[in-house]
Amino acid sequence: MNAPSIEAVNLSKRYGSFPALSNLNLKIEGSKCVGFLGPNGAGKTTTLKIFTDMIRASEGRALINGIEVHPNKKKALESAGALIESPEIYPSLTPREALSMVAELRGLPKGERRKTIEDAVAEVKMDEWLDKKVGKFSKGMKQRINIAAALLSDPEVVLLDEPTTGLDPRGMSEVRDIVKSLKKRNRLIFMSSHLLNEVQDICDEVAMIDHGKLLVYDTLSNVTTRFSSDGGNVVEIEFSRDIDDQAVNRNIGTLTNVNSAERIDSRRVRIRFSGGAQIQERLLSDIATMKIGMISFHSPTSALEDTYLNLIKDTL
Amino acid sequence: MSQLRTAPASSRRGHILPSSVSQVGTVTKYELVNYFRSRRFFVLLIIGFAISGILTGLVAYYGVSTFASSALGFYAFWWGYSITFVIAINGIFFGGDAISGEFQNKTGYFLVANPLRRVSIYIGKWLGAFAASLMVFASYAAVTIGNGVYYFGIGIPYQFGESLLFSILYLMAVLGFTFFFSSLFKSSSISILVTAILFLFAFQIIQTLVSVFAQIEPWFILTYGSGIIGNVLADTYPTTQPIRGAGPGGREGTTFAVTIPEGLTIILGYFVVTAILGLLLFQRKEFT
Repeated sequence: MNAPSIEAVNLSKRYGSFPALSNLNLKIEGSKCVGFLGPNGAGKTTTLKIFTDMIRASEGRALINGIEVHPNKKKALESAGALIESPEIYPSLTPREALSMVAELRGLPKGERRKTIEDAVAEVKMDEWLDKKVGKFSKGMKQRINIAAALLSDPEVVLLDEPTTGLDPRGMSEVRDIVKSLKKRNRLIFMSSHLLNEVQDICDEVAMIDHGKLLVYDTLSNVTTRFSSDGGNVVEIEFSRDIDDQAVNRNIGTLTNVNSAERIDSRRVRIRFSGGAQIQERLLSDIATMKIGMISFHSPTSALEDTYLNLIKDTL
Repeated sequence: MSQLRTAPASSRRGHILPSSVSQVGTVTKYELVNYFRSRRFFVLLIIGFAISGILTGLVAYYGVSTFASSALGFYAFWWGYSITFVIAINGIFFGGDAISGEFQNKTGYFLVANPLRRVSIYIGKWLGAFAASLMVFASYAAVTIGNGVYYFGIGIPYQFGESLLFSILYLMAVLGFTFFFSSLFKSSSISILVTAILFLFAFQIIQTLVSVFAQIEPWFILTYGSGIIGNVLADTYPTTQPIRGAGPGGREGTTFAVTIPEGLTIILGYFVVTAILGLLLFQRKEFT
């Protein structure tokens, strides 16, 4: 079985003289989650819409699992589920009916439809609303049903355009968990988002786009290492008790590969180090053995933000 | 490349993507469910029954002989004069925003991102609108026949059968036309308004101007073609003929009467052309 893939080949889209997308070349292959980042109007949704044939490319090709979308939409999207912007569902239908329509269109066997729909709705925590009309739902509730619809046929490739839009914090967290579970089931997830912490939390790779042009596509750690102002090798440590400057300098600052250690506040310390993931792993182990009350050790969420701000200088 | 190597996901997962014809059926089914749940279908049914009720009341109050002396005359009075309006109303409300609504309300985003061709969506929605319209149409026809049988007995003139058939063809053309306009716009209200203006006023005004003042047969107007629905119910099928006073300023002119072949050509021509154009527009239209 081949790994799931999506590929943009010289993909361009113009609206009159305005280039919404310029010569995008991007090949993503394998089971992973790729965050698609960029400012408003950068071309993220345009790209995803071309991949679902909602709009046509001015030039170039969009392929899903090697099949070009525009001339073979039905075949190309057979193995893909998509959530583009925030679709509306006929307000008079219930989630069961709306998802039944999707199940029928996607050819889910009749005997499996009921359970598949109920499972999908339960996964987005909407089981209590299964037989209520969608017209009465809030934006967040509709978005949950849209997510269920996108994942209903258990697609290999999942295209998500800002999937947590309209969701409350709990809903956002649940969607993140769903995406993480998809990764474990060997799916390829290509997800646009404005939420950098969300991308940092669930994505393995990032593609950044601005003014319709791809700026970078690489693993999250490589991107932050290459483009953040501090080289990306920064971790923040949290302690259960106060820690003074002396302890920071004497215990942490002297560790091999640590370039600097500074207190952010009485219980938090930021260290900069040289080296990669293995060094980071060793530092974690070394500080844990100090038994100085470490309760958290993580890359600051600002690493991706820093990278983003370095790469994308202005927004539209 | 990998297109040849990759087995379809469906076969790997044990389910097979339905044929496009089957997908048309699915779209039609849920379009009908949506219509039945919406007020629109019942409002149109009520309008149909209201017209039927008014006509039933008028005939009962004034006596059937005031309006018709024969079964054919009865159907001409009842059906011939009103069914084109009933069809136009159905076309406007079922077809006017069928496509534009998918863009404006963003319901299209839910449907289009699935593995189905746009042509399947278009045909499925058209069939849904046609089936819903046929139900309103059938209820109107049932009341007409009920009254006809009550006043003139079971012997329904065969011309009514012809008129019924022409009406169904006209309904197809009207829906083809309204779907075309619905594909042209992205705003539901504009597409409904434009089709309403065209069917309720513009076509009739243009037809009158062209035939009376310009003295040209308005063969290019759909409502002219629909004349066969009423004409076929006349005792003697009307013909085009020169008549003194029919022209501008009371001069000699011509009153035009569409023949059955002409009417069918106009109706079917409108259906085919607008269906193709509407479909092409929808296929090219972008969900921006």
